[in-house]
This record gives sequence, C-alpha cells and structure tokens, in this order.
Amino acid sequence: MIALLLILIPLLSGIVTFLIKKEEGARTWSLLSAIATFVVAIIGFTCYSNTAALSFKAPWMGILNSSFSLSADGMGAMLCMLTAISFPLIFVSTWNTIYKKAHNFLGLMLLAQAGLMGVFLAMDALLFYFFWELALIPVYFICSQWGGERRIKITFKFFIYTFIGSLLMLVGILYIYSKTNSFDIAAFYNSNLPLKEQMWIFWLFFLAFAIKMPVFPFHTWQPDAYEQSPTAATMVLSGIMVKMGVLGLLRWLLPVLPLASFSWGDTVSTMAVIGIVYASLIAFQQDDMKRLVAYSSIAHIGLMCLAVFAENKSALQGTMIQMFSHGINILGMWIIVEIIERKFGTRKMSELGGIAKKAPALTIFFFIIAFANIALPLTNAFIGEFLMFNGILGVNPQISKYGLPLAVTAGLGIILGAVYTLKMARKVFLGETNHLTEQGTDIAFHEKAILGIIAVTIIVAGVYPQPLLHSFEEITNSILNKSDVLHLLKPKH
Amino acid sequence: MNALVLSAIFGVVMMFSGVLFKKNAAIKTTGIVAMILLFLANCMEMRGIRLFQFDVSGFLAFDSYALFFNAIAIFATLVYLLITSNQMEKVGRNFADYLALIFFIIAGITITTSFKSLLTLFLGIEIISIPLYILTGSDKKNLKSNEAALKYFLMGSFSTGIMLMGIALIYGSQGTFTIDKMSFTLAAKSNLHIAGMLFLLFAMSFKASVAPFHFWTPDVYDGAPTVFTSFMATIVKAAVFAGFVRLFGGAFGKLEDTWSIWVAIMIAATLFVGNITAVFQQSVKRMLSYSSIAQAGFLLFGVYAMNDAAREGLLIYSAAYCLATIGIFAVLSKMTDYSFEGFNGLAKHQPVLAFTTTICLLSLAGIPLTAGFLGKFYMLKAAIMTGHHLWLVIFAVVMAAVSVYYYFRVIQAMYFKEGPVQSVTATRFEKYTLIAVCALIILLGIFPGTFLGWLYF
Repeated sequence: MIALLLILIPLLSGIVTFLIKKEEGARTWSLLSAIATFVVAIIGFTCYSNTAALSFKAPWMGILNSSFSLSADGMGAMLCMLTAISFPLIFVSTWNTIYKKAHNFLGLMLLAQAGLMGVFLAMDALLFYFFWELALIPVYFICSQWGGERRIKITFKFFIYTFIGSLLMLVGILYIYSKTNSFDIAAFYNSNLPLKEQMWIFWLFFLAFAIKMPVFPFHTWQPDAYEQSPTAATMVLSGIMVKMGVLGLLRWLLPVLPLASFSWGDTVSTMAVIGIVYASLIAFQQDDMKRLVAYSSIAHIGLMCLAVFAENKSALQGTMIQMFSHGINILGMWIIVEIIERKFGTRKMSELGGIAKKAPALTIFFFIIAFANIALPLTNAFIGEFLMFNGILGVNPQISKYGLPLAVTAGLGIILGAVYTLKMARKVFLGETNHLTEQGTDIAFHEKAILGIIAVTIIVAGVYPQPLLHSFEEITNSILNKSDVLHLLKPKH
Repeated sequence: MNALVLSAIFGVVMMFSGVLFKKNAAIKTTGIVAMILLFLANCMEMRGIRLFQFDVSGFLAFDSYALFFNAIAIFATLVYLLITSNQMEKVGRNFADYLALIFFIIAGITITTSFKSLLTLFLGIEIISIPLYILTGSDKKNLKSNEAALKYFLMGSFSTGIMLMGIALIYGSQGTFTIDKMSFTLAAKSNLHIAGMLFLLFAMSFKASVAPFHFWTPDVYDGAPTVFTSFMATIVKAAVFAGFVRLFGGAFGKLEDTWSIWVAIMIAATLFVGNITAVFQQSVKRMLSYSSIAQAGFLLFGVYAMNDAAREGLLIYSAAYCLATIGIFAVLSKMTDYSFEGFNGLAKHQPVLAFTTTICLLSLAGIPLTAGFLGKFYMLKAAIMTGHHLWLVIFAVVMAAVSVYYYFRVIQAMYFKEGPVQSVTATRFEKYTLIAVCALIILLGIFPGTFLGWLYF
C-alpha cells in the first residue's frame, strides 16, 4: 500500500497542479504534495519493515502475463527515500525562481516524481519499462519549455538518445519474455538463458542503462542537457534520474544475465574507468560551474558502474550508499550553483570571486558539500567510495584479474576530482571581490534551512552509516546470490 | 454479412440523399446516422445476430476476426466523419457523393477482410480502389489533385493487372480459387504457384504502399484533398493489411519459408525508406505520407510473423494507427500552412487542438501508455516469437527511434516555438470528439485486454 501511495500522491496531485492557475497556489500545493510523499515514505520505511506493507500487486494486462506489481526492497526504498527528500528541497530552493506558467512546470515535475518512484518500485519488466519512459516524458517537456537558449536541440538529443536505449531494452525484455512467458521479475531471475544469448542481450539492456547513467562513451548528451535545463530539472536529472541506470544494472542486469555480466565485466569496467579519467580531465578545463558539476557527476557515476561489476559485497554496498550520497551531494551543489546564478547573474568561474567575504553562510555550506564531493572522511561520500574501492581492489581474481590497475586508475580520477572541486572553491569563493560580487548578500533563511538539512544529512550519514548499510544487507546478498557465476563455472565432475 | 449488405444499401441511399436534401447539414446527419447503424449492425453480427442469410460459403467467411476488424474500420470511419465532415463539405459541391463513395469503400473493406476465394479478394480490393481514385481527384479545379488521381489510377490499374496474373497462375497450379482448398507443399514446389504467390505479394504490397512499391504514395497522399488522404492512409491501408494477412496466412501459410525472407527484406526497406525520407520533409502533410509508409513497415510484421500475437497486434496496431492519424489529419486539414512552421505557437492559440495532436503524435511514436506503444509492442513480440531474423527487430526499434525525430518536430513547433496568431478554428463538438479520441488512445494503451476480449466472444 505504501508503495502504491508513493506513486499515486505525486501522480494525482501533479494532474491537479495543472488546473491551479494561480502561481502562489500551485507552488504551495506542489510543495504540500511533495511533503506528503516524504512523510509517507518516512513512515513507510521506518515503521513497516515487513514486505507485505511495502508491496502491492494487482492484475494488469492479464493477456500478456504482466501484473501491476510494486515492491520496495532495501535498494528501492533507499532510492524512493532519496526521491522523496529531494523534491521538497527542490521546490523550496527554487521558490523564488520565476517560471512562466509555473503551474505547468510544477505539474510536470510531480509527474516526473511519480514516474521515478515507479521505476524504483516496479517488480514487473513491462511495468518497469512503462515507468522508465514515463519518467522521461515530463522531463523532456520541462527542459524544452523552460531551459536555456539552445534547449530545444539539446533536450531533443537527450530524448532521442535515451529513447533508443530504452527501445533496445524493450527488445531485450521481449526476448526474455518469449522464453519465460511472464514479465514477473522472479521469472526473469529464473530465465537461465544460455551464454550465447546472454552475450548479446546484455548489450540491449546495458545500452539503455549506460545512456541513462551515463557511462563513457554514451555520455555526450549529458553536460549539454545539464547546462541547458532549468536548474530544478537538472537536479532531478542528475540527483535521481541517473540512479535509474545504476538501479537497472543492479536489479535487472546482474541477476538476470549473470553469465554475460561476468563475461563482459572487464569490457564495461574499462569503459567506466576511461570515463572517470576522461570526465575528470574535462571537468578540470571547465569555466561554467554547471558543466563542471556535470562532468564530475560522470566521474562519480563511472565509479559506481565500475564497482557494480566487481560483484562483491563491499562494492555493492558501497554503490548503494553512494547512490544516496551522490544524490544528496549533487543536489546541494546545484542548489548553490542556482543561488549564485540568481544572485550574480553568471555561472562563469572566471567572472566570480570573493563570495566568501559577502556570503559566509553560503560559503560554509559550499565547503561542506565540496568536501563531500571529494569524499573527505566524515562525509557520506567517503563511506561509499571507501567501500567501493575496497570492493574493486578485493575483487575475486576469478571475476576480474584487473582489480588493482582499475582501482588505481579510478583513484587517479578521484584525485583529479579533488583538484577541480577545490579549484572551483578557490575561484568562486576565495580571492578578491570584483564588480559583480561586490554587491552580494548572504542567503535567505529558507535557503539556509535547505542547505542545513543537506549538510546535516551529509555529516550524519558520514559519521554513522550503519543503519543505511544494514538496510542494504539483504538486497546485496540476494543480488550476489543470483549473480554468482562462480558455482556455474565450476567444472561439473 | 450485415455490414456488407447494409453498407452497399447505405451507399445508394447516400447517393440519392444529394437529390432529396438541399442542405449539406441534412446529408451529413444522414451519413453519420447511417454509419452508426452500420456499426451497430456489425456489432450485432459479432453477437451472432444475422440480419441477412445468403449462402456465400465458398466466397466469404465472416469469422470473428474479420468482424472485429470491420468493427474497427467502421468505428474509425465514424470518428473520421464526426471530426472531418465539415472540412469535407469544402472540397467540392458533391458532398453526398463523397459520403456514398465512403460507404462503398466500407463495403469493399468488409469483403477484403472476410474473403475466402481469390476472386472475392480481387473484388474487394477493386471496390476499395475505384472510389479512392475518384476521391483523390475530387478537388476538380486543383491540378495537383488531378495529377494525383491520374497517377494513382494508372499505377493502381497496373498493380491490379499483376494481381490478376497472380490469381490466374495460382488457379493454373491448384485448380481452385478457394484459399483453404489449396494444398501447397514444400516438397512439390512448382514454379507456377511460386510465381503466382510472388505476383500476389507484389500487388498487395503495392496497395499497402510497402517499399519498393511505395513510389505512388507520397504524391497521391500529398495531392489528394487532405480529408481524403486521412481516410486513405488509415482505414483503407489497415484493411488492405487485414486482407494481406488473411491471404498469406490462409493460402500460403505452408509456404512460409519461401516468402518470409522476402517479407523481412520488404519490412526493412519500408521502415528505412519511410522513416529516413520523412526526416527530410518540410511539409507536415508529406511527412505524414512518409510516416504512413513507415507505419506500414510495422504493420507488415503482422504478415511476417503469422502467429496469434501478430493477429492481435494487427488489430491493436490498426486501431491505434487509424485513430491517431485521423486525429492529426483533422487538425492538419484546418490549417492554412502545411509546413512545420505553420504549427509554430499553436499551443498558445488552440491549446486543445495542440494537446490532442500531441497525444496522437506520442501514440504514433510509440510512447508507453498510448495505444501506439502496445501496437508496436505486439508486433515486436510477434516477430521475436518467430525466433529468427532478430536483426529485423533491432532494426525496427532503431527506426522507431528515428520516427521520434519527425513526430517530435511537430510537438516542438506547437509548444516551444513562437508563431503568428492563426485562424484555425474548431467547433466545440469537434474538440470534444478529438478529446474522446485521445481518451480512447490512452485507455487502449492501458487496458488492451478489455479491447481484445471482444475477439474471443
């Protein structure tokens, strides 16, 4: 029931938002809806730990053997939680940003939220595909309507990219369905396709996820899209939507096609590592803050992809906690970029400087988030990255022989990450003020409140991650069990 | 049987209605009422109530599949009349005749979907084609319309000749016209019936505008008055496919190994030509012509796969495609400027029309929660079920992604670009009908079971 509510609340209130023509009313209504979703999520995931309360199943499309089946396992619950936290924060932080026809904007945002919740909860391949597309359509409209100057072309590129990916995934889903005759996730887990078939179906699924995450070399849509989208949409795209790809890998790829995931593991890991280093190098060159954060996001996601294919407990747990941390951190990053752009009218680092003198509170929050971005100890990202590196280094030599070189190269990317993040901090916040930043004022109370929530989350999760890690325990083990290829590869005598 | 006889009678009635009534409104009302009656009569037959009893057992078989298809075709025509009849009046003075011709085409469709003998197939296809030649040229003073009609007629007659040749060869090898009495075996392959089969394949492909027999399509669709293009590109095309499937499933099912590779190549060619050419069009009407070729490629999967999923898929696909395309053409026929720029800023001036067009375009592009998605889904599923030529499926989805490019150009123009105020007007009734069409598209996309349940009554 909780699972159903998480989708229904944003869906219905989103439709209602379209009808509220008054801007103030629409904003209040959408914020209330987002808070309601958040409350339901909090109550649902803390008070009810039994699966019966967290799942929902109803017949749907009986002729296709597809059912409307939702369930929140540890990973799904965490991502729903992330979505539920993010939306109120996004709505409050963009409260003063002016949108033409705000009610349409907010309505579409809520529809996107419903789609995202669906993706994280769907336990039926067809339903998963439906939500996968549904999350995309509102974002497409938001970005092409309210984005920057080149928005139409850029968003379209993004849309076509992801649409090709998801159609290929549909072929993959259909192929497995033609063997299992059911879209249920359990049937998919039991499909046991022969290696030869897995080898090419793997790419149908992986392309969809790789484009969404994005993994090098399928990332070319991403920096442009992040830059041109309105910041609220960028937050959704980078904070939550990229997690759809990682979730896809963990829930729909590794356990469904274990043999192929094992066989292609090194190829994919190499792509991920190239992506980490490449994105970090480019991020280093950027002058636009939005583009810098966008490239740094590619590097972080690349690391998650690398860890997933290490296929051990430490790496998977690290990936899951990092999904949450990355969502929170990048959200904070965007909020700060949005505030700076609104206050000073530019995102170019070369035109800014000395903000620390004018806006000390903003600077403190920025540094906390920046430290989290470079995974300093005591921040949430440290836990995730430590676990992931631990997993990659300790990868079972039967799964991959290249654990050490991969980890070292990826580590290089992380060092570069520290360099460019601190470079941004220096250029924007430190130094002398110039004519643009001279008139700067500090942030308002509601902005302090949001950034405060984010900073507290960063530190709490960094100091005491045990409850989070504990909630991933079960799902990690079950993924590892299903994707354990080593017992399949053992000689059968 | 009900629909066949009644549509012929109503056709004659409509012809005389032009003499009896002076006002177009009265003619229109008669036409719509007659179409509703026709739909009801067809539904009655689906429930087993037959109004007419003739022995046509050797020639026609009104099985549930054929009846269901007729129901879709008649319903789509009804929707078409409701939305576009105002535009139809403006084409020329012979409004009653246009309606009469449409009823005759419905009669042809009912024959094509339920034929049992090659002769009745030929009859059905011709009864569909000849009124279409006339409708194409109905804008008498427009040179393009005249050219299109002549072109269509010449090419159409040529393909009819090939079809007859094919039928003759088949008769020569089998000694019968009835499709279920034919006994082809792979072992006794004779050149005679292989040649005959290929001739029929080519002739049907021509009628369905499948590449490489599609060259007439863009010119004819572009030249014909927009209201009739809408009818030609949707209901008629879907009906030809129903006949196509019946012919190849019924008569040549056992020879599948010989023709399936041909059909596979034709699917690939059709998808490629239709989608890639549509990308480069500047006029929405021409884009829709090429898109209809592209959609024919997906419909052809129904012939290629020849399993239950394909049969169901053809029904859903036809319904989805007809509804969506009629919805778009209804808006297009009201526009003065058919180019993509003509749609600029439509969302501001006509939000309802822009919204319905968007839903229709999303359905054509195959976005989930619309009927168009399920149509494509079924077709792909059917093709995967056959278990070979998987490259074709992957090629088809890549082409589907290409199609998003040109469908979304219209959406971009309507919503994200500024344009001059346009004099597009639509009556309240037309708007409600369009909204109902969109609701139907979405309902069909979410609950296909309710719709397909009719098939198994």
